[in-house]
Amino acid sequence: MGFLDIKKATKSYGTLQVLHETNISVEEGEFLVLVGPSGCGKSTLLNMIAGLEDITTGEIAIRGRSMNGVKPADRNIAMVFQSYALYPNMTVAGNIAFGMEMHGIAKPEREKRIGQVADLLQISHLLDRKPGQLSGGQRQRVAMGRALVREPDVFLFDEPLSNLDAKLRVDMRTEIKKLHQKLGTTIVYVTHDQIEALTLSTRIAVMFGGYVQQLGTPKEIYDNPANMFVAGFMGSPSMNLFPARVVSENGQPAAEIKLATGSTAAIPFANDKLSSSVGRDIILGIRPEAITDRDGADRNSRAVHVVEAPVEVTEPAGSDTFVVSQVSGKDVTGRFRADVAVRAGETFPFAFNMEKAVAFDPQSENRIA
Amino acid sequence: MTTAPNSPTYDVAGTQSRKGLGALKPARIVLYALLGLFCIYYLLPLYVMVANSLKPLEEITAGGMMALPKEWTIAPWQSAWSTAQIGVDATGLRPYFINSIIMVVPAVALSTLLGALNGYVLTKWTFRGATIVFGLLLFGCFIPFQMVLIPMARMLGLMGLAGTVPGLIFVHLVYGIGFSTLYFRNYYAAFPTELVRAAQIDGAGFFRIFWRILLPSSGPIAVVCIIWQFTNIWNDFLFGASFSDFDSQPMTVALNNLVQTSTGVKEYNVHFAGAIMAALPTLLVYIVAGRYFVRGLMAGSVKG
Repeated sequence: MGFLDIKKATKSYGTLQVLHETNISVEEGEFLVLVGPSGCGKSTLLNMIAGLEDITTGEIAIRGRSMNGVKPADRNIAMVFQSYALYPNMTVAGNIAFGMEMHGIAKPEREKRIGQVADLLQISHLLDRKPGQLSGGQRQRVAMGRALVREPDVFLFDEPLSNLDAKLRVDMRTEIKKLHQKLGTTIVYVTHDQIEALTLSTRIAVMFGGYVQQLGTPKEIYDNPANMFVAGFMGSPSMNLFPARVVSENGQPAAEIKLATGSTAAIPFANDKLSSSVGRDIILGIRPEAITDRDGADRNSRAVHVVEAPVEVTEPAGSDTFVVSQVSGKDVTGRFRADVAVRAGETFPFAFNMEKAVAFDPQSENRIA
Repeated sequence: MTTAPNSPTYDVAGTQSRKGLGALKPARIVLYALLGLFCIYYLLPLYVMVANSLKPLEEITAGGMMALPKEWTIAPWQSAWSTAQIGVDATGLRPYFINSIIMVVPAVALSTLLGALNGYVLTKWTFRGATIVFGLLLFGCFIPFQMVLIPMARMLGLMGLAGTVPGLIFVHLVYGIGFSTLYFRNYYAAFPTELVRAAQIDGAGFFRIFWRILLPSSGPIAVVCIIWQFTNIWNDFLFGASFSDFDSQPMTVALNNLVQTSTGVKEYNVHFAGAIMAALPTLLVYIVAGRYFVRGLMAGSVKG
């Protein structure tokens, strides 16, 4: 039993089921990120934890106490909203104090805690201002202050960074991570941004269509996606997914791919998991950083195979150059070192790191190797 | 900006640019003259009322309706306020003015407050059938007054409020809730629900959220609602005439009684003074609250 237990929880609106049976157990101090495209059920699940939405079936428990039917105020949770939801008629101090006031905490204690939180978030100079007079980043801090001051069991974040501009978002991301390391609080965080999910979390639940597609550490999710949705959703640029056929080469299973020139190439797999699947059509998944120029390949990998392929487009991105080639009718992107002399139209050696390759079933889209 | 000669040019704000100033002068003079004419047209009745309320009756009967008073006097005002014959007593309009105040203040306050509460429930605590309830309330706005006269009279009789000021308050309250709910519902529909949710998590209950979060942010719509209700209730004649007794008549009914007196000489100057008195409070509400109303609208438009 964990600190926050989601047991067989579902949510339906009439006959429409928006969240299918979900089981997640969060340990104390964990940073769980619910990530997925809009409409995947992640915000619904968060609102169910908060008590803002009822649970249709199943149970949610915090510290072993069932929260079904418990009012949001009595769950000892705090929430940071996407719009910050600061009370426009109150000062920053008033905003931070409101929850404590509602819970009957005496004024001297409130002032003390406001001071502590304001120091922690560096908003002491803003305490007398109204939310309308603050910038986006400052509002974000106040919203976090309002949550922190309650000293709750669980923090809930609902896309807290999506209203900030790109630079501020990265800064605040780091700050949230620092805060989590410093305070060791339990956090459930909803986002549609997979980078946020990977950087912040200790564990990620990737959601789609009302189902948790995969639950795991950022590394597990990134390296071993359970299906094609997770593979394509997590990572930027996203994982290359293209059709291939399993063939046998020197007794080893290999992926046969069709190049834009019309010729085929067989790239041996790093293991023999697919040796019984020779002749089968698969979807091969390789991340851009596992397709490199020859010298840029991972030296620790024992399964780097070079394929000469025509270059369709190059996209210099400063630190890297993304090189696109057509494989089996799909654009496949490789991540080359920035100073590699590669031009569109020429044929160039692409180094495939097959240790990082994964295979999916084209029909079920599930992972097979 | 290039323009043909003599054609006026304007910048973004619509003000004339320097280049076209000379060319437009005659047009501008015509414009101002026309606006001035409209102003006179609209203000003429007010002028007639004020001018005639400040002159002795002989000057009016002599036919000098449009002229300024030759002999200035405030006697008609004094008469209208405290000594004019209204109904059977020579009390002036004062007691009826007080009646109207006693009626309009609670009726406006209560209908605005209940409308706000309704709007809050209909947008933030929706329940099955909320739209139907709102539809029925809206329907209530558009029922002609005449239709409810007899049922309302019966109701007031049953409640023991017939012919009293509280009875009038009740009638206006019931009639006002429809409109005030409409105003507040539409205003609160745009009010972020996340604020209500945040307050719920902070531990505030239904009424606490209403008092502490929603009401303090309702300034502009409250002003609109108050102006609307105040004007309607103060100016109402039908309910006032139907449901009041001699001692509970509102200002409008008393004014009618003053003007419609069939005995003696028609004191036009007193009538004019009385009519201005009856119109003053609504004017005052517009002047005082209207400014806040516009300010509220501006604040909203900038914040988006």
